[in-house]
Amino acid sequence: MRPEARPRVGPGTREAPGPRGTAGARDAPGPRESHAVLSAVTRVYPGARPVAALGPVDLDLRAGEFFAVVGPSGCGKSTLLDLLAGLSRPTAGTILFEGRPVDGAVPEGLGIVFQEDASFPWLTVRDNIAFGLRRAGTDPAETARRVDYALGFMGLADFAAAYPAQLSGGMRQRVCIARTLVTRPRLILLDEPFGALDQQTRLLMGDELLRLWRETGATVLLITHALDEAAMLSDRVGVMSSRPGRFIDLVETGWPRERDSRLVAEAGFGTVTARLWARLRDESLKAIGGPGATA
Amino acid sequence: MSRSAAVAAARLALLAGAVLALELLCRAGVIQPLTLIPPSAMAAALAGLLWSGELNADLIHTGGAVAASLALAVGLGLPLGVAVHGLPRLRRALDPLLAAYYAVPTFVFYPLLVAILGLNQAPLIVLGTAFGLPAMMMATLNGLDRVPPVLLRTARVHRLGRLDTLASIVLPSAAPFLFTGCKLALAYAVIGIIAGEFILADAGLGHAISFAYDGFENRTMYAVMLLVLGLATGLNLLLHLWETRLMRRRARA
Amino acid sequence: MSGAARPPARTGGRDALVAAGLLLALWQGLHLYAGDAALASPAAALGALRQLAGTAAFWGHCAATAQAFAAALALSAAIGLALGLWLGLRRFAGEVAEPLLAGLYAIPKITLYPVILLVFGLGLGAKVAFGVIHGFVPIALFTLGAVKSLDPVLLRTARALRLSRAQTVRFVLAPAALPEIVAGLRVGFSLTLLGVLIGEMFASQAGLGFLIVNGTALHNVRLTTAVILTVVVLAVGANAALLWLDRRYVRRG
Repeated sequence: MRPEARPRVGPGTREAPGPRGTAGARDAPGPRESHAVLSAVTRVYPGARPVAALGPVDLDLRAGEFFAVVGPSGCGKSTLLDLLAGLSRPTAGTILFEGRPVDGAVPEGLGIVFQEDASFPWLTVRDNIAFGLRRAGTDPAETARRVDYALGFMGLADFAAAYPAQLSGGMRQRVCIARTLVTRPRLILLDEPFGALDQQTRLLMGDELLRLWRETGATVLLITHALDEAAMLSDRVGVMSSRPGRFIDLVETGWPRERDSRLVAEAGFGTVTARLWARLRDESLKAIGGPGATA
Repeated sequence: MSRSAAVAAARLALLAGAVLALELLCRAGVIQPLTLIPPSAMAAALAGLLWSGELNADLIHTGGAVAASLALAVGLGLPLGVAVHGLPRLRRALDPLLAAYYAVPTFVFYPLLVAILGLNQAPLIVLGTAFGLPAMMMATLNGLDRVPPVLLRTARVHRLGRLDTLASIVLPSAAPFLFTGCKLALAYAVIGIIAGEFILADAGLGHAISFAYDGFENRTMYAVMLLVLGLATGLNLLLHLWETRLMRRRARA
Repeated sequence: MSGAARPPARTGGRDALVAAGLLLALWQGLHLYAGDAALASPAAALGALRQLAGTAAFWGHCAATAQAFAAALALSAAIGLALGLWLGLRRFAGEVAEPLLAGLYAIPKITLYPVILLVFGLGLGAKVAFGVIHGFVPIALFTLGAVKSLDPVLLRTARALRLSRAQTVRFVLAPAALPEIVAGLRVGFSLTLLGVLIGEMFASQAGLGFLIVNGTALHNVRLTTAVILTVVVLAVGANAALLWLDRRYVRRG
């Protein structure tokens, strides 16, 4: 067992996360600096009986890190992503992306890959990937260059002229990742992007994700319900409680930046997943209302 | 032979068999010529009519009315559908009306339309439009309802405005439903206009059939009938083929 | 996220009232625009209707339409259900026949009316036959679609439970396909009524459709408007009742 592969467990959670506001208003913060900061963020769905979906949540995403969020179903993971992306507004609290507040609109420099198949069935793979660049009025030659690169990088070169309906689910998800990638986001949010794929494909897609992360230098926030996925891919894993979700643990995995799915076979890997499951088991029981939930 | 080819062959054989049986029954005198003339005689009579140019005016009359109705039904139904989809309150008020619309036999209004607008193409076009427009509108609403929410979220991630989202996400996504709406609008326009001409008109293919019926001119009547049914079927078939071609790439999952 | 939630039933009722009020206002406006010679006012139509209701002849016409409609609906339902069920269970026959039925649905069937008149003669038989060729097609298509798209696991369950063919139809197929079949019956109801009324409008000496055309021929606008009002109210009322039955007993929950 290599010592650097041993998990280091971070400080407990409810304490305020790392230094805030250090990112200033620069576009590309340097490493170890804050890239996105959530402070005391809550989300309540209004109605006759208001539902507290999330929070209060504090989170300090460091520039260039790979951060995974795990939690029991219905704990508000996707709500967290929506808020950070500006797809919905927090009920209370503030969200900063690169020092600027995020409030109800998707900021420039942020890319999202959703759990559902979001490929456009009426466009070819090439046109799907070029969509964002064309809408933004990017120079056609530059668009072609970036799309060609993304096609090659994601292993889609042979399918550039195909329509999504002709591809498998995994390949369609790659199209969506490529479509996000070509816009060169500095923060990539992934909402269970492999949720609909089988286990083997998931592991391989994880490898590609790591490759992509290293290549782009972007900050990645991955939402997942798969503990092994979170443990293998991330620098840090945030464990959320059952609804309304709060962070109850932050686990630093301590993996080297050069890593891939072979990590799964290492002994230290089990230590991380065991730690995650230990924190998550009670919360999951609460979420499904199973026996021992109140114990 | 593939399964789909076998199905097509069986369908063709069924149709050909029906026509042949009709031909034989007529030729053998089982069916009186006063009731039905043999299909071959219908085709011959139709060829004669088309050749002589007698039907040209009626064809133009009916074709023009159908084209105008289709254009109005789609041109008004699509934007109305989009507008109503954006106004949930109005939509709730319209829901019971739309649900009841096709329960009303629209043709009963035709005599009134003639009384209001005069005996010309106008009441026909209004009837054809009234018959097709709600179908187009409902198809639009239906299509817009089924745009996957994740695509709308994607539009927001790409920071598209409302019009941009409509043009580059919503309408392409709803295209199969919009196409169905257009197909229905066309079929309904044809049905409405021919029926109107049939009941009360002074020109058009429907009028030609009822005129020939009243004058006991069976050859002319069956020839025009063949023309109308052939044109309607051909038009539907053409749209169907076009649709399959367009949709094949979208639905091979 | 789900801005288009189902409206509660209470506001639905109020919306329907508002819609009816708007339609009345539209009618009155149209009357003011077109004048007495073209369209009677709502008040005049109601007056004419009250007068009509006192005459035995009016009830005779109502009975004629009702009789033809009831017979046509019974036949449409029987033929449509049997055909749809059979084509749904026999996949090959279903694939052969479905486009033919869809084609029949989209053509102007009114052109066939002279043939029906020649075969059945003027009278009840022709009206019923014309209603049936309009009504059975949607019933067959909806039933076919419902049976065909049934989850195969239901049929496998029926086989695992060793149900006979009749038991499978009775206890699994029919209940599972019921909502779709009822929707088809509702469309068939409307189209059968349409067929019967058009038949009466074109060639008949009795029935509400005849009254409408007769009123137009005699320039009796009040009569025409009153009868159209009767037909529309009956059609919308019947449709609402069918929708209510559907929601109450078929689509529970």
